Amino acid sequence: MTPLIELRDVSKIYYMGDTIVKAADHISFSVYKGEFVAIVGHSGSGKSTCMNIIGCLDVPSEGEYLLGGRNVGQMNKNEQAEIRNEMLGFIFQQYNLLPKLNLVENVEVPLMYAGMSRSERRKRAEAALKSVGLLDKEKHLPNQLSGGQQQRVSIARALAGRPSVILADEPTGALDSKTGRDVLKMLQQLHKSGHTVVLITHDNSIAATAERVIRLEDGRKVYDGPSTDPNAFVHAAINLDDEEGGQE
Amino acid sequence: MSIYESFSMALKSIMSSKVRTLLTMLGIIIGVAAVIVITGLGNGLENYISEQFESMGTNTLTVSIMGRGDRMISVDDMQEIVDDSEYLDLMTPNVSLTGSIKIGSDTLSYTSGSGVGEEYLEINSLILSEGRNIQYMDIKNRKNVCIVGSYINLGYFGGQGLGETIKINGRSFTIIGILDEQDDSTEGSPDDCVYVPYSTLMRLMSMSSVSSFTITFVDSDVADEAEDYLDTALTEYFSGDDDGFNITNMADMLESMTSMVDTLVLVLALIAGISLVVGGIGIMNIMLVSVTERTKEIGIRKALGAKEKYIMNQFVIEAAITSILGGILGIILGFLICIVATQVVTSIMGETLNVSPTINSIALSVGISAGIGILFGYMPAKKAARLNPIDALRYD
Repeated sequence: MTPLIELRDVSKIYYMGDTIVKAADHISFSVYKGEFVAIVGHSGSGKSTCMNIIGCLDVPSEGEYLLGGRNVGQMNKNEQAEIRNEMLGFIFQQYNLLPKLNLVENVEVPLMYAGMSRSERRKRAEAALKSVGLLDKEKHLPNQLSGGQQQRVSIARALAGRPSVILADEPTGALDSKTGRDVLKMLQQLHKSGHTVVLITHDNSIAATAERVIRLEDGRKVYDGPSTDPNAFVHAAINLDDEEGGQE
Repeated sequence: MSIYESFSMALKSIMSSKVRTLLTMLGIIIGVAAVIVITGLGNGLENYISEQFESMGTNTLTVSIMGRGDRMISVDDMQEIVDDSEYLDLMTPNVSLTGSIKIGSDTLSYTSGSGVGEEYLEINSLILSEGRNIQYMDIKNRKNVCIVGSYINLGYFGGQGLGETIKINGRSFTIIGILDEQDDSTEGSPDDCVYVPYSTLMRLMSMSSVSSFTITFVDSDVADEAEDYLDTALTEYFSGDDDGFNITNMADMLESMTSMVDTLVLVLALIAGISLVVGGIGIMNIMLVSVTERTKEIGIRKALGAKEKYIMNQFVIEAAITSILGGILGIILGFLICIVATQVVTSIMGETLNVSPTINSIALSVGISAGIGILFGYMPAKKAARLNPIDALRYD
């Protein structure tokens, strides 16, 4: 079976003045349909770079990235936009709803770019809003909602396009712990109903909600396995100790 | 995504910042209004001029004889030349009066007096309300008779002027005809006039020959043939010398007047057009600000699958709508100013000058304003479309 997401020896190099920053260093892994994967790491570990590459917002400097069997690195900007629209559902930390559009219009945005007709779009968007329990607020503007509700709208927006992969970038980062748990539960439910979910986070306890954990450190993959494995968070502990040791 | 979607998106965004949009449009509004008013004024002026010329008759040629002595032509010879041509129709000598016109002890200092032939009234489309025209016998016998305008009749004789006398250079002239009112029967207007037989006036002013003739041709289609014929005939008459006379075609004069007005209007409209360009730059400026402000929105849209051309369309259409709306408001403003200007000019000049914008100028201003929107919206739109989605998403 072809993996849905496949990183083959991916490196990403940034030039900041004279210094070369290796944000991703020969990372390889695959995600298959129906998996729930957490990519976890500290800031600077390369998880954001990974997320950008998986989200087709950026292309690798070296190596290959295949999404649904298609090599994203060889696509032009328009094809990347198309594949984002078609295959990916983004959930961002800051929700990233468009403030001047009401909820249903926000959910319709990716469908509009997919070229769907007005009535079809409205039907789909309303169904998606209903699935997150916000259909009664469809004419509200985002700033009339709480953070948790806004995040649910962004989940609805991610689902509306029926993407192959749901890509959640620190989805609980801006929420209190209770609403954060609700959002995570929602992601778990999506996974149970057959969706492929990739969760990017710095928080081990959040990563633990996934089935599988990919741990990154300094741009390298240091662990890839089930979240139930005691080794899944070993590096985090060592790292923490190191930091504390360093400070003393 | 259809163009219709892009339009409704652009409209929504314009409506969400009305004051800014209105201020952005101001340059275009003023520019378009200025172009419309100026072309409207030019159009009005042109119509006014051609009306004036038409009332004098555009089917006329004016012959001025500049020579002396044997280089003159007698009225009878001129009549013969006119009668010999199939193109030429009527003819009158023109002798202008220099001297005094008096009624009783009043001197009429603004009255225009002319010595004319019997066809003068017909050539100038003048109509008698009372009495009779100057006739062949009046001319032949150099009778002291005259036709007066309605101002003299009403102002000095209380409308009972027929048969009364006026004094020209000390000689008494009997009023044999009174003209219909042409203007408003005031002093100095076309109604303040006196016409006498040219022969009488020539004797009175001790002139031996007539130096100005007005000749009509049968139809405006034969204007060139008529002028050529007259030129040839007069050159022949003066034994091959064509320096001694000059033929002026009223239609030519009208044409040169209109082309002068046209040039003037074009120059003024170009100056007004500069404000359209300034308005366009204003739009570009605001669009650039708007792109920066909406960097995050652009990032989100791109992440959700917006292709470059959609972002591009969104901003170009927004700029175009802004400037087209500005253009439409400018047209409305221009029309209002034209209406006011018509009133003002009419009350100041005492003449009707209809300030009416042409369809062409309206179409042109709308076209130009839309063009400006697209032209000056293109650069900011390109900038927006090229934004890197990662950078745009991170922007706060």
